[in-house]
Amino acid sequence: MLTDQEIKHVARLARIKITEKEEERFRKELSSILDYINKLNEINTEGVEPLYQTTGLVNSMRPDEYSGNFSSGDGSASGWEMDEDLNKKLIGQSPDKEKGFIRVRSVLGK
Amino acid sequence: MENHTIKSIQEGIKRGDFSAHEIFDHYAIKIGRENKRLNAYLSTLVFQASVSGSQSQLAGVPCAIKDNILIDGTIATAGSKILENYISAYDASVITKLRNAGVQFLGKTNMDEFAMGTSTENSAFGPTKNPHNLERVTGGSSGGSAAAVAADLCVFALGSDTGGSVRQPASFCGVVGLKPTYGRVSRHGLIAMASSLDQIGPITKNVYDSALVLNSICGNDKFDSTTAPENAPDFTKNLDQDAAGLKIGVPREFFRKGLSLEVEDKIKATISRLEQMGCSIEEISLPNFEYALAAYYIIVPSEVSANLARFDGIRYGYSSEKSKILEDVYSESRSFGFGAEAKRRIMLGTYALSSGYYDAYYLKAQKVRALIKKDFDNAFRQVDAIVGPTAPSVAFKIGEKISDPLSLYLEDIYTVPINLAGLPAISIPCGNGAESNMPVGFQIIGNSFNEETVLRVAHQLEASFR
Repeated sequence: MLTDQEIKHVARLARIKITEKEEERFRKELSSILDYINKLNEINTEGVEPLYQTTGLVNSMRPDEYSGNFSSGDGSASGWEMDEDLNKKLIGQSPDKEKGFIRVRSVLGK
Repeated sequence: MENHTIKSIQEGIKRGDFSAHEIFDHYAIKIGRENKRLNAYLSTLVFQASVSGSQSQLAGVPCAIKDNILIDGTIATAGSKILENYISAYDASVITKLRNAGVQFLGKTNMDEFAMGTSTENSAFGPTKNPHNLERVTGGSSGGSAAAVAADLCVFALGSDTGGSVRQPASFCGVVGLKPTYGRVSRHGLIAMASSLDQIGPITKNVYDSALVLNSICGNDKFDSTTAPENAPDFTKNLDQDAAGLKIGVPREFFRKGLSLEVEDKIKATISRLEQMGCSIEEISLPNFEYALAAYYIIVPSEVSANLARFDGIRYGYSSEKSKILEDVYSESRSFGFGAEAKRRIMLGTYALSSGYYDAYYLKAQKVRALIKKDFDNAFRQVDAIVGPTAPSVAFKIGEKISDPLSLYLEDIYTVPINLAGLPAISIPCGNGAESNMPVGFQIIGNSFNEETVLRVAHQLEASFR
């Protein structure tokens, strides 16, 4: 069973604010999931190499050349050259912005 | 006009029964009328006159897109409150490909938040209802896409499958769902959940349509470096070749506690059918099957905790206005924006990756994953395809399992191992359960990059049910 302390610590690491009620709920739920997961300890994995992905591809390379065209697939879509429109599309999603830049709140508390 | 397939749309347009615009409007009106009841679509789109692609077999075909796949200039919520107002800045590669083929997009479909779930009840916008019985779930996470296809609110749909999210809802809704080999279809523009497992796949009314859509969306993409460099075959080519002589493996581990009787009956009857078709049925073993789900629920939350770190309340998505300092912007935006399952998985992954636990959980799970892949490699030395159930039960009732996350995780027990090994698999309907009268899905699993055999067996079986 996870402790209150561990749940608080994990929530803090994950940057998720949780209420006391949530703390209790997640403590129980995550503990029961971890109990299930612990069955992995039944298997002997000594000498087994971990498998992180299944493509068999290693270091998929491309020439490091500038390409104004970010379109994919069949190369039909228009380019992604950074201009005012694309800036608006991307920066425009930010809840707090000024003159094409994103504004953030102070890092240190007052 | 009813229950159109890709072929019937092609023929209808060719004969002049309707234009692409008219058939689009037919579906748009139908969605307007019926979506309230099902909640399959989260948003709808308008007809694009500029799209042509008249040479393509998909030209003018109206489809639905899961709401975690980006369409330029339109909202993509991924089923989450945190992206409620997010507008895509570009087309996903699969969208570019479909657009070039002349496909029309009817709208975006409901899903479990960030594709985390097996019932679509984790959507921030309410569950989708199963068209076969409105009291039951559609499965998930691509529940909106599966319901839209089953209710003929589109001709086909795209979903994404990380541990069964295309196949299991297809099974619950009585339609065809294909998860291609990892690396077959580009995920560029798919909102990432677990990157070593995510794969986009079609949900269709029949196997032929599934092959047609795969033809259109597959292939190498410079924006997804996991896509295979090899050229893909024409997946429709071998569909008509009969299945006689194929060796079909049935893992003994599939018939276990937790598999419902009505599903087991249908699966066994379908296996007998394959035998009658001239396939040789061989009992095989996947010794580590039992451990796949446990490994999956370490690997997925770990990748989720990394992928969802981008939702910071700063660059896009929901942002807490009351926060005074930066760190509170993060934690308060994420607290309000994420639902319970997203929080659960982020926290579980954070725990598994945290200092002191990495070896015991994450590394251990990746080693078990290697063993599971090896089990499949061994099996495919003996057989051409592996078959079994897609899910342990038929669609359950809405609300029945929502309070017990682990019981929902167990829904994926037959689909998860396939993602861990990166293999292609399809779910096709094989009749309704004797007790519930709800659809049962039959799963056909192939070796890496061998969708052709999977589709061929599926097509032959489908023909035998007609």
